[in-house]
Amino acid sequence: MNHSSKKRMVVQKVAFAGMSLVASLTVVFIILIVVYIFSMGAGAISFEFIFSAPYDGMRSGGILPAIIGTFYLTVGTAVLAVPLGLGAAIYLSEYAPDNQVTRIIRIAITNLSGIPSVVYGLFGLGLFVLFLRLGTSILAASMTLAIMTLPVIISTAEEALRAVPQSFRVVSISLGGTRLQTIRKIVLPEAMPGILTGVILGLERAAGETAPIMFTGAAFFLPQLPTSLTDATMALPYHLFVIATQVPGMPIQIQFGTALVLLVFVLGMNLIASIIRSRARAKRQW
Amino acid sequence: MDTPFIPGPQQRKAQAIFSQAIEILITAVVKAMGYSAIVFVIMIFYFLMSEGIAAVGEVPLSVLFSARWYPIEGYYGILPLIGGSLLVTVGATLFAVPIGLATAIYISEIAPRWMREVLKPIIEILAGLPSVVLGFIGIIALAPQLRVLLDLPTGLTALAGSILLGLIAIPTIVSVAEDALDSVPRSYRDAALAIGATRWQTIMRVTLPAARSGVLTGVMLGVGRAIGETMTVMMVTGNAPVMVRSLSAILMPTRTMTATIAAEMGEVAKGSVHYHVLFLIGVILFLISLIVNIIASAMVFRVKKRAERILS
Repeated sequence: MNHSSKKRMVVQKVAFAGMSLVASLTVVFIILIVVYIFSMGAGAISFEFIFSAPYDGMRSGGILPAIIGTFYLTVGTAVLAVPLGLGAAIYLSEYAPDNQVTRIIRIAITNLSGIPSVVYGLFGLGLFVLFLRLGTSILAASMTLAIMTLPVIISTAEEALRAVPQSFRVVSISLGGTRLQTIRKIVLPEAMPGILTGVILGLERAAGETAPIMFTGAAFFLPQLPTSLTDATMALPYHLFVIATQVPGMPIQIQFGTALVLLVFVLGMNLIASIIRSRARAKRQW
Repeated sequence: MDTPFIPGPQQRKAQAIFSQAIEILITAVVKAMGYSAIVFVIMIFYFLMSEGIAAVGEVPLSVLFSARWYPIEGYYGILPLIGGSLLVTVGATLFAVPIGLATAIYISEIAPRWMREVLKPIIEILAGLPSVVLGFIGIIALAPQLRVLLDLPTGLTALAGSILLGLIAIPTIVSVAEDALDSVPRSYRDAALAIGATRWQTIMRVTLPAARSGVLTGVMLGVGRAIGETMTVMMVTGNAPVMVRSLSAILMPTRTMTATIAAEMGEVAKGSVHYHVLFLIGVILFLISLIVNIIASAMVFRVKKRAERILS
């Protein structure tokens, strides 16, 4: 080995070491954040914390209304965004011609995914809360979150649909199936795990968002649970924001506990998505 | 089939027409759903504009583009807010781009396969962390550390915002850049290695330049996310709408456009001047994200076209 190639190998070693250091530091940092919240929050978790409402200016008691509220909002978002997103994905993957209009649809989807969450909040306030007179309500907040989640669902679902081999469609059509039958009986079932993964990841984002629901449906404090879609609701992310910044003398335990519950909610969805994905990958034969 | 009824030619024809009608109907519905994204973008812009444009009539431009934001006394200068957003975003970019790129290169080019399978889901966790949780950690852990470390009056500064926004941008940069690096054809690398380049030289002089536009797209999308991020910056930057005049502003509290909307929208009366100005800031944010995304998707497009040229 001559001198210059030795030098090049040293440069490579140093560079690789640097890169792996940066990558591992990033990952360690992420793990630290999660572990930190788990270890600090674990002490706050009790039956009462999960299953009772807050009292004494939210300085005591539990966070049940916020947990239930986030659950409602996530379900509401799913009900509104999944059919629409799936329909749009089917159109783009199975029907859309390769032309200017389709290109514009794609640009619109990328733009939707880039709009800041607080701007969605403004839009939801302008359209749903005020113009359509829904008031600050679960309905208005779910609609706002649904539009925000839509691009995630569309793009992941489309990707899953496109991953189904073309030959499956050709065979179905050649056996006399119509286009719709092909989609319903062949393409959709094959793409289902991928679609589910995308849907869950989209909903995970919606569940953790604060800015879009701040003016459209989240309440600072409500002693009782919402009873209809037109009620406002407490929600975990907004509740964490409130108790971390707006309430003086808030016990740190409750703050960490709330952060932990939110994290479990979100990471739990993430975990479910990964399980579905890896199971489908193991089972797939094409 | 569980029906004993055997359809005659008449019924069969009717059935065929019926199912054809259903097919046409569902196709139309699916098409409408496909177009919905365009409708939503237009609707969002329309509703922001319909409230925001009034501000231009109500507040003289000289006030709007002044350095003082103090709505209670009628000072609606948005320059400090734009400056705050720029400051925090630039800080986040300086922090996130090197780390994001290094991580992407490591995952795509250097790490062994098992390592890749471990790293990617963990980076995905960071992408899924709610911004309010990061903001909370900023208040509880990061800001006090910064205050002591840098001997500041308060740790709630633009710097704290930059670091956390950087964390938010990193997963986007990593995943898009990694995709871009991954899609560089194997043959490029083989050719470079065959003529005696080291793996490092291959990465720097062949793979990375070949993936350039995809990597840039990732950086742009990451920066775009940072500009639009709301809760984290609102919680950790100290919320002081002061004009950015020097580099030392990074160590002082600041206020971004997004945080201003989030902090003040809840308290303004509908239809007031303040309300309209906040929507106008929303319009500005919308346009910024529009521009960032159109440029980013145009870059992706160019790459695809070039790839098609090479293949044909």
